[in-house]
Parts: sequence; structure tokens; C-alpha cells
Amino acid sequence: MSASARAITSVFGASSSSLSRRRFLGTASAAGLGAAGLSACSDSGSSHTDGQGRTVVEWWNIQTTEPSKSLWPQRAKAFEAAHPDVRIKLVTMENDAYKSKMTALTSSGKLPDIYHTWGGGVLEQQIDAGLVEDLTPSISSLIDTLVPASVTAYRFDGKTYAVPFDIGAAGFWYNKALFARAGIQEPPATWADYLDAVRKLKSAGITPIALAGKEKWPGMYYWAYLAMRIAGLDGMQAAADAKDFTGDDFVKAGEHLEELVALQPFQKGFLGAAYSTPTGEAATMGNGKAAMELMGQWAPVVQADAGKGIGKDLGFFPFPAVAGGKGARTDVFGGGGGYAVRKGAPKAAVDFLKFFMSAESDRVLVSKGSMMPVVKDATSALTDPHLKLVSDVLGEATGFQLYLDQAYPPAVGQEVNDSVAALIAGSKTPEQVARAVTQVAKSQ
Amino acid sequence: MASTYVKDPAAAHAPPQRPETGAGRPRARRAVGWLTAFGFTLPALLLFGVLVLAPILYALYVSLFDWGGFGSPTDYVGLDNYSRLLRDPVFIGDLWRGLLLVLFSVGVQLPFALAMAVLLNQRLRGRAVYRTLFFAPYVLSEVITGVLFSMIFAPEDGLADNVLGSVGLDGLGGLWFADQDHVLPTLFLVMTWKYFGFHMMLYLAGLQGIPAELHEAARIDGAGPWQRFRHITLPLLGPTIRISVFLSVIGAIQLFDLVWVVTQGGPDHHSETMAVTMFQYGFKRFEIGYASAISIGMFFISLVFALVYQRSVLRRDTEGALTTMRASR
Repeated sequence: MSASARAITSVFGASSSSLSRRRFLGTASAAGLGAAGLSACSDSGSSHTDGQGRTVVEWWNIQTTEPSKSLWPQRAKAFEAAHPDVRIKLVTMENDAYKSKMTALTSSGKLPDIYHTWGGGVLEQQIDAGLVEDLTPSISSLIDTLVPASVTAYRFDGKTYAVPFDIGAAGFWYNKALFARAGIQEPPATWADYLDAVRKLKSAGITPIALAGKEKWPGMYYWAYLAMRIAGLDGMQAAADAKDFTGDDFVKAGEHLEELVALQPFQKGFLGAAYSTPTGEAATMGNGKAAMELMGQWAPVVQADAGKGIGKDLGFFPFPAVAGGKGARTDVFGGGGGYAVRKGAPKAAVDFLKFFMSAESDRVLVSKGSMMPVVKDATSALTDPHLKLVSDVLGEATGFQLYLDQAYPPAVGQEVNDSVAALIAGSKTPEQVARAVTQVAKSQ
Repeated sequence: MASTYVKDPAAAHAPPQRPETGAGRPRARRAVGWLTAFGFTLPALLLFGVLVLAPILYALYVSLFDWGGFGSPTDYVGLDNYSRLLRDPVFIGDLWRGLLLVLFSVGVQLPFALAMAVLLNQRLRGRAVYRTLFFAPYVLSEVITGVLFSMIFAPEDGLADNVLGSVGLDGLGGLWFADQDHVLPTLFLVMTWKYFGFHMMLYLAGLQGIPAELHEAARIDGAGPWQRFRHITLPLLGPTIRISVFLSVIGAIQLFDLVWVVTQGGPDHHSETMAVTMFQYGFKRFEIGYASAISIGMFFISLVFALVYQRSVLRRDTEGALTTMRASR
């Protein structure tokens, strides 16, 4: 259940990691100047001590559901036992409350010592405002022990600004029994094979794909993955930097998606389907009524929750490669969670994060907290066979693209969702999608 | 009003510093009267100012900025948000869909409610049960209604298709809310189910107020049921109908929760209303300036409709009240 709650959180975290990035960039950077000046003269003074002379480190997190809700304080206690001069003060907030609180704090220029971050655009703005500690030198030994893909969302200009504690990725979850019935031996590795598989499933009378058309973000995954495969991660980054998605690669992504839509692969009434309701995408998949869905690591839990779940029949394969594309099939699209440290925080804050993400500690998080392993050596602690599949893909990842609605400002992320939904509904052409996204990106 | 004061000779010639001896002085009495009135309305005025007027003015102010909602608005863009509004195909679509919903509400839902009211105003076995049944949907919250009907009209094994199937009809195969062409009619069906009971109750109340003697007299004069409806019921129900139309139109303009729960405005904006668009921009995209412009647009449309309707249609109904006030002065 907690995993499903986490799934939901990460789903909504994805769709509403919503600070108005541009606007608050203005205020934040203005505040940042002041904060930089302040922290320069009060570096030591800003770390306060409690009555017993211990250094207090505030740790803001959003672990409001079990098991992590009780696991987090245990980890803090374990650290305090080894470091009697430090007190870790947990501040636990609900997802949305946390976001609005952080928005206010960011514009005031005072962040907590350790705080939750999803990386991407929001973290970058805090960095630009001079509010975040560059952890590159202090955690250099830790970084090598981590799964490389897990750190990407927090890395800017070669510097690392947060320590990840959870990581996930999207890929195709498929029903092995239905694939076998349609005569598909191997999960498709290229887009052409993929379209073939869809045709085979169709002619075997099986609904190939479950899609939550009402919620838009699941449809966006297709376009985003196609764009990653065609333009490559460098192309994605260049487009985001130039705020220009009108390049051929992005139009092609739309055209390939159109090819798929033309096969009418989705379940009946998919345009009105939600994701996790009893008649939604996850339930369709979980009840064995569709052969696959493109979804993150939370999919198996939600399938079993909204539908019956298909147990051993459930398999996972990465998004296929596109012939002639610049992106590798091992590039991964996903998101996770990490902890950043405010500029000028006591040294104990970084020490704690090093302790928190040690192999030993991560094994506890994985086995007891249903997190995905971030430390390479903790991978063995993962017992869930489905999560193992995702973890393997992440372990071999050659690149990592953060979920677009976290990576981009909210207006841009929503426009991608909206335009791709229109493309799937047949009312926008690939060029129009590329233009619409660019137009919103430029206005931000 | 002010001119009345000046024309009053006693007040005009009264020395300014005259001691207040008697309450008989018209001017003083009026002043006290105004003060009392002001004192008693002050709490209401304050509430109205803080809760209604201030937000409207603030939205008007914010709508002139390109603002993401954090910090204070600084990026002044003049009327850009409004010109963008008029070029936004989604907003234009909202206006069109709003108009359709208003026309359907007034043209289909209200006559239906009226017919039911007339029917249930007669002596009928189980009349109270029917009245309660028809009124019940209005008591349900919009969210519950939305969840209920997204199940009824669900693809695959939705109730609606099963029922239609079992009587040999084809149904829509789950494409009620999931198809661009069907979503608005389906939505209207749900709205009718939800709101006609309320209007029926209004009409029933209005019908109770029509004296039975009129019908009796007409019957004696040989008027048929249609003639009695046309020449007695309808005219005497006029004020009720006019209010009901007013409520129905304003409700259709501001429709949000039902749509949000059932379709979020989809598929592909085909069930989106102005309020849904406003929410999308305000709380999904964090374009507060533009969202404020949409809300001001909604406010403006509602205001113009309300004023025109008050002036032209409801005038006759409020006339009586106004003349009484004038006479008392």
C-alpha cells in the first residue's frame, strides 16, 4: 500500500511539481543576492544549537506514509547515536503543503538544512539563486557508489547538488500470456518491431495498449520517449535550453506517435479513461484486458490495486529504439527523490546524508522502506521481482531524462501533455504539437 | 436624493450650528436615519467588500500582469492577457459550449422540469414519493454525481450500455464521455438529471401559489386543460420561471465541478467550460495572470447577463417592490 501511495505521490509529484519557475526565478534570484550576502557573514551563526549544545540539523521530508514514515526517524536516531553532538530534527510534510511552503521559503532565501527535491527546473532555480550547497567535493566518494542514472536529475554543469534516495523509470509493462497468444516471442526492440507487435495483438483480437487519455500525462510518455530516442538526450537538452522544440527530431517523434495511433491500439473509450480508477488504465492492464502499458515502476502495485493484477504474467521491457535515432535504447525516462543541502548548512548535514545513503543504510531503505536501490551495493536487497526489472534497466542506463513535467516549468509541461493528448485524439498534427510547446516555452 | 435635500426649504435655511433640540428637524432626522441605516448595513458591506469586491478588483489588477503566482506581480503586460483570451481557440470553444449548455438548459431542461411540476401538482397516488425522488439528485454533491456517472457511462461494463443492450439497443459502447462528439450531450444529460428536480421544486412552489378558484372559474367557463395552462398557469408562474431561467443560465456559465470530476474538460477540450479553463491555467500551469483574465471574462459575461436580465426581464417582477419604496419616501 505504501508503495502505491508512493506511486501516487510520484505520479502527482510529476504532474504538479509546480512552482512558477520563471516568475519565481525573478524573485528568487533577487532574494538570492540578499541571501548570499547574509550567508556570507552568518555561515556559522545560522547553524543553531539546542539546549544541550548539540548542532541541530533540520531535515525536511515528505515521507508521510508508512513504512518510510517511521523508517526516517529511525535513521535519524541511528545517526544521532553515532554522533552525540548532532540532533536531526525531522520536519515531515504532505506533498502539496511541502511544495507551497518551499515556494515561500525559496523566495525568502532561507531553505532548511536538508530538504526534499525532485531535481530538474525547480532545483536549478534554487541553485541559480545561490541557495543550494554544491555537494560535488564533499560527496565525491559517495557518488561512485551510486547508480549513475539516479544522480542525473540533480547534476548541473558537472556539479552535484543533491543526494538521491529513490529512483524510478518508465517502460513498457506487458502481459506475457497475451503476447504469447498473439505469437510474439520477444519483446520488440525497435519501433518497427513494436508496431508489428501491436498489429499482431490487434489481429489476435487483443487490445494492445491501455492508456489513460483523460489524464494526459501517460500519453506524454510516448512522445517524450520517442523524442529521446530520435533526438537523443543531448538533443533534448539543447531543445530545452533553446526553448525550441520545432526541430525535425521532435516533429518526427510526433509522426511516429501518429503511426501508432493510426493502428487504433488503445482500449475502447481510452479518451475518457483515468489512470487508477476501477475502469482506468491500470485496471484494464491489471484485469488482463490489454497487453501493455507505458508506465513507471509503480505500475504493478496500482494494477493490483485498481484491478486484479496479473502476477507472474507481468513483464517489463524498455522503450524500443527508433531506427536512425540518436538516442540509445538504454537511455531511461524517469524521476525520483533526493535531498539537497542549503548553502551554509552545518557540516553535519552532509555527514548525515553520507550516512543515510551508505550501502548499509540504503539496504534498509530498500528492504524495509520499499524504495528503489540507489546505492549499487544495495541492489541485492531488492526482492520484489517487478521492481528488480526496473532496477536492472536503471543499473544499465546510459542516460537519464527526468520526467518532462518536472524538468520543465509547469506551463511547458502541461502544454506538452495537452498537445500530445490532442495529437492522440487526432486534432493536432506533429508540427502543431512542436509549435505549441515551443510557443509556451518561449513565453516562460 | 441629494436634490430633495436642497429643495427642502427648512433644511436649506437652517443655521449650521443650531443645537439639536428636537428630533423633529427633517435634516437631522434624515441624517440620523442614514447613519442608522449605514450602521446596520456596515457589517454586510464590510463582508461584501472583503469577500466579493476586493477579490474581483484584485483579479482585475492581476489580469494585467504576466504573473506566476509567487512573489508580487511585476511584469505588467497591459491588456495582452485579454487579447490572448480572444485568440485562444479553447476559450472561444468554451464560449460556444457555454452557449449550447445555456440554450439546452433553458430550452429542454426547464420545460421538462415544468412539465414534471404540473404533473406532480395534480392529485396522484405516491405524489410525495415522486417529488422526493426527482429532487434527490439535487441534494447529491457534484463530485458524487460525477463519480457515479463516470461509472454508469464507463466503457466495457458500464451500466448504461448494459441496460441499453439488454433491451436490444446498441448503446454507445462506452463512448459516452470518451468521444469528442458525444461528451457534451452526455454531460447535458447528467446536468438535467441533477438539476431538473430543483427547478421542478421551484415551479411546484409557484404552482401552489396559484389560487384554485381561477382554475375552477375557467373550467366552468369551459376552458380545456391546455387553455387553462396557457392562460392561467403560465402567466401566473411567470415570476418563478424568470427566476428559474436566471439561476439556470448563471449555473451553466459557471459550471465546473461536475465537468472536472467526469472529464477534466476532455476529450481534447470538447467538454471544457470557462471555469475549467481558468482552473487549468491557474492551478496547473500557474499562469495566474491569464487565469485571472479568464475569471474576469466570466465575471463580465455573468454581470452583463445579470444586468440586462434584471433590467429587461425581471423588471416587472421587482417593479412592485420599487414602487412601494418610492411611495414611502
